Amino acid sequence: MNVTLSSSELKKEGIEKTAQLSGANFFSCYQCGKCTAGCPASEFMDIPPHEVIRLLQIGQIEEILEKNSIWICASCITCAVRCPKGVDLAKIMEALRQIVLRKNVNYVHPSSVSKEELRTLPQIALIANFRKLTG
Amino acid sequence: MEVVSYMPGCTLKTSGRNFEKSAITLFDILGVTMEELDRWVCCGTTYSLSSDNIMNQLAPVRTLLRAKETGRRELLVLCSMCYNTLRRAQSLVLHDKEKRDKINEFMYREKTTFDGDEIRVVHLLNYLKDSVGFERVAKRVVKKPSDLKIALYYGCMLLRPHEVSVDESSEDPTIMEELFSLCGVTPVYFPFKTECCGSYQTVNQRDMVLSRAERIVGSAAKNGADMIVVSCPLCCHNLDSSQQRVADTVRGFRKIPVMYISQLLALLVGADDAGDYRLHSVDPRPVLKEKGLIG
Ligand code: SF4
Ligand code: SF4
Repeated sequence: MNVTLSSSELKKEGIEKTAQLSGANFFSCYQCGKCTAGCPASEFMDIPPHEVIRLLQIGQIEEILEKNSIWICASCITCAVRCPKGVDLAKIMEALRQIVLRKNVNYVHPSSVSKEELRTLPQIALIANFRKLTG
Repeated sequence: MEVVSYMPGCTLKTSGRNFEKSAITLFDILGVTMEELDRWVCCGTTYSLSSDNIMNQLAPVRTLLRAKETGRRELLVLCSMCYNTLRRAQSLVLHDKEKRDKINEFMYREKTTFDGDEIRVVHLLNYLKDSVGFERVAKRVVKKPSDLKIALYYGCMLLRPHEVSVDESSEDPTIMEELFSLCGVTPVYFPFKTECCGSYQTVNQRDMVLSRAERIVGSAAKNGADMIVVSCPLCCHNLDSSQQRVADTVRGFRKIPVMYISQLLALLVGADDAGDYRLHSVDPRPVLKEKGLIG
């Protein structure tokens, strides 16, 4: 993990927005790693969930957004129910996704889903996926 | 005959139709009529996790309004994702006055408001436990499967967050174990019962879902399960349709059929079949025949 402390306005804005959209206090996280231990997606993430929180605490929002972690999260809410400090990491992941998606950037392009997949995937998979990963 | 208002959701009309059909059969036998709401809309499938997004609460709230208009106090839901979304929307409206007012203002053309306490969103399992009674279900069982072992899979949306959990424990739930044990079926030890299947990442992170399926189904197989029982059409898809691809690459992987709660229950209480078997990737018929559940 690359750590550079900085307090530029842009970063501050991102941190404030994350706090506002998630309603979660990520400063109370004490880095125990329980969220990562139970996360079904962490092995596919560039950086694990507890590191996402650490980077937020030190204002490194760009570094989080360069990594795939927020897009791999499956919103299973396991981290949020297990965190001993009551940090709702699932909501933080959502807030970070929203910060990107609200700039009209899509992570998934519905047109790239093949006809075969459209035929076989249940609607709830498609709707949930587009709800989470498109702007 | 008892009547209960019911919201199917989109997937129960298509790939998950075995879930709906078998539940209707089951309820018929139990003496309860499931009355589908005249109008309902897609719940949005995932509850909005960002605090300022009220727009996405409108769809579930409108469905709750339709439920209120029936004059009944309960809304039965089968699909885990609909259950979670509707239940959380209801709870948001009940507890957040500011958002409640905003939502009702926006829906000013509706004949009535929704205040959050008019409707209880009830999942199939809780309805069977609290309104029908597990004992009453068990009394209806006519088929005694010879030594059928099942892995009961809860996934995420029936349990998390804790406020909406169908069981007192969201870490080690036992409501399904209780039901099926009473009905004469043996649940196996299944430590992966609350692990996420990968959910909607099945659309663009297929490898992750395959790896989840390998572990979850693998655990059920290792513990001797003949079948996995689920309550979510997305879990069902991810666990069922991934198995062939896992079996192609993982030596010794044993495929296991995946069925909905109501499919197995309907068979136990005497239904002739559990729906359209073509909707299954791993055909459940060999196991069902072997255990004497179908002819
Ligand atoms: S479980 Fe909670 S306190 Fe522990 S590292 Fe994760 S967010 Fe921080
Ligand atoms: S909600 Fe996301 S980050 Fe949290 S455990 Fe689930 S997949 Fe991991």
